Amino acid sequence: MLKQVTMAATGLVLGLSMTAQAGTLEDVQKRGSVSCGVSTGLAGFSQKDEKGKWSGIDVDVCRAVAAAVLGDSDKVQYKPLTAKERFTALQSGEVDMLSRNTTWTLTRDVSLGLNFAGVNYYDGQGFMVSKSLGVSSVNDLDGAAVCIQAGTTTELNLADYFRAHGMKYTAITFDTSDQTRSGFESGRCDVLTSDQSQLYALRIGLKKPSSAMVLPEVISKEPLGPVVRQGDDAWFNVVKWSLAALIEAEFLNVTSSTASKLAKSGTPEQQRLLGNTGDAGSKLGLDAKWAYNIVSQVGNYSEVFERNVGSGSPLKIARGLNAQWNKGGIMYSNPIR
Amino acid sequence: MTNGTRPTQPAGSAPAFYNNPRFRALFYQLLLVIGIGYLVFLIISNTLANMESRGIQTGFDFLSTTAGFDILMTLVDYDATHTYFDTFIVGLLNTILVGAIGIVLSTIIGFLMGVAYFSSNWLVQRLSVVYVEIFRNIPLLLQIFFWYFAVLAALPSARNSYSLGDAFFLNIRGLYLPKLISEPGAGLVYGSIVAAIIGIFALYRWAKRKQELEGVQLPVLRLSLALLIGLPLLATLLSGIPFTLDYPQLKGFNFRGGITVIPELMALAVALSIYTGAFIAEAVRAGIQAVPHGQTEAARSIGLKDSQIMKLIVVPQAMRVIVPMLNSEYQSLVKNSTLATAIGYPDLFTVFVGTSLNQTGQAIEIVFMTLAVYFAINMTISFTMNWFNSKVSLAERK
Ligand SMILES: N[C@@H](CCC(=O)N[C@@H](CS)C(=O)NCC(=O)O)C(=O)O
Repeated sequence: MLKQVTMAATGLVLGLSMTAQAGTLEDVQKRGSVSCGVSTGLAGFSQKDEKGKWSGIDVDVCRAVAAAVLGDSDKVQYKPLTAKERFTALQSGEVDMLSRNTTWTLTRDVSLGLNFAGVNYYDGQGFMVSKSLGVSSVNDLDGAAVCIQAGTTTELNLADYFRAHGMKYTAITFDTSDQTRSGFESGRCDVLTSDQSQLYALRIGLKKPSSAMVLPEVISKEPLGPVVRQGDDAWFNVVKWSLAALIEAEFLNVTSSTASKLAKSGTPEQQRLLGNTGDAGSKLGLDAKWAYNIVSQVGNYSEVFERNVGSGSPLKIARGLNAQWNKGGIMYSNPIR
Repeated sequence: MTNGTRPTQPAGSAPAFYNNPRFRALFYQLLLVIGIGYLVFLIISNTLANMESRGIQTGFDFLSTTAGFDILMTLVDYDATHTYFDTFIVGLLNTILVGAIGIVLSTIIGFLMGVAYFSSNWLVQRLSVVYVEIFRNIPLLLQIFFWYFAVLAALPSARNSYSLGDAFFLNIRGLYLPKLISEPGAGLVYGSIVAAIIGIFALYRWAKRKQELEGVQLPVLRLSLALLIGLPLLATLLSGIPFTLDYPQLKGFNFRGGITVIPELMALAVALSIYTGAFIAEAVRAGIQAVPHGQTEAARSIGLKDSQIMKLIVVPQAMRVIVPMLNSEYQSLVKNSTLATAIGYPDLFTVFVGTSLNQTGQAIEIVFMTLAVYFAINMTISFTMNWFNSKVSLAERK
């Protein structure tokens, strides 16, 4: 363990001691693949199946970037990272981008040398308890033992919330979500706290999902999104607008199955998005069909959402905040023109 | 440099200074040191410059800002309003605690099992072999998981705790013990403990002299125990029992009050002790086997009992071989204790490199501080063991 971190830190020192600030976009094009940091396994967000294929709403952001840059959404190398490893891995250049249910906070944006490229899921922190505990609200949890994952915003929110409500707790901290879940299942803690979407994902991973329930309260704002290194604007733009293209495609009613038809016969906005008109692609340093490739290979945001965490998935999460701004949510893409 | 077989210079013609081998050797070494120093300087200054240009915060200012998270077990006063420097101290103390427990327990287990290998009792001898083979060959991480998750799963919930006289409780949240709270007058008791320890040392020296001069053996062990128990007991009674007990009590979800030994600490300490104990047992076995058999036979022929042969003849000589190996086992134990993070025991690694690093992002500073700590701990172990080694090897030559 010590060795791994020492190596990561050495990598960070060596990576940073080399002067040239390489252009990630050219690197990715030369290498022919995007190296994307994801979680070690979280249903709906980033998860590997038995065949080694990754899927999830975070994985689809990686795939969208690969489709935009390389024309093929499969050209992604996934690097599973724990919460603790993720920022060092990105800073040291081990990954080109991070798409790992990471909350956009001031400290992370400002002092880690990183940039957040947008939000692909608006989340908030929640609590999961065993039904046998007979608890119906967070405010009944005074004195409880709480399982959390190390190196997360969750740790900080938890301390704030319990202090603000004059309640005591003991925090039991684990490295990966698997360990956190085992801690909860074994009864080491009364409560598991995490981003609420992730609670649903962890819950279906329990041996007896019906024995646990998610409490109604949400105690924080957790805007999750992809992250890149600061100071490489060309790459920052590519990731930012790849995510925007997913969201804009939904807004413009372009889906993976209608994209090829609408590219030629759609509204001016649809045709511009799909690269039939305009020069958005060349401005980004990409192919004119960059957004077409994203939508036809990955789908639009709605398809991505429903497939991974929504009605088409075991998680069955409602769109809520993540609906388009004109449908009661706050998902909003800046105009692609 | 002082090579006896080197042909000496013919008298009268002193070599030019640059041909002097001493000078040359020094010169090249100096060159190397300057070269390496320059490289290190380049790496550091480049890293700092690049971190700045990439907007990564550097420096040690973060140590005085509020940490904002809680820690499961703290030996000093700590809560979320304390600073990152305090998280460093909390983690450091927890590391030292588990390291010290591990070193003591693994030494006891290792010596017992190492000596058991030579037992004439078949069962005891087999036990030693099986123990060493099993625990040395299973990866430590798996053993830690085993003790944590398997043993946790076997323990009852807080409401169904195992209890002993309503004072001791064992459940999945840990072991709960009554806490001794000292009242005025307790100083006398603490003083008596110190006095007992000093007394034991004096007794030990006196007994040794007596044996050397008069050949009389005193029951040192029994006398020491009597001192260690009797004196504080007497002091306690004399000062009117200046203690109260704070009993753990079930309140809401969990026990409150008393002392809690968290299961993470128990699992980690047990796993480290048993794992390292297997290596120490091997070292002890090797040390004993390194003592020529003739020594045992000679001792037997002058009429020593088997237990005396072990204690007086074999073990003192075996220590020469054992101690240097203990040194490296202890150091590995401390390094291995960083596996704590897998089960969330809040050692330096979990707390400081885990959470603090992630909340501040100051990887280089934090990893540097942590490496320095492990280096210092291991140097301390190394110096202590080298000092101990010089004592045991001198004792042999006398
Ligand atoms: N959004 C929070 C929490 C992210 C997080 O790491 N959540 C855990 C939930 S238990 C997780 O995703 N773990 C998966 C893993 O470790 O690979 C943050 O950015 O700090």
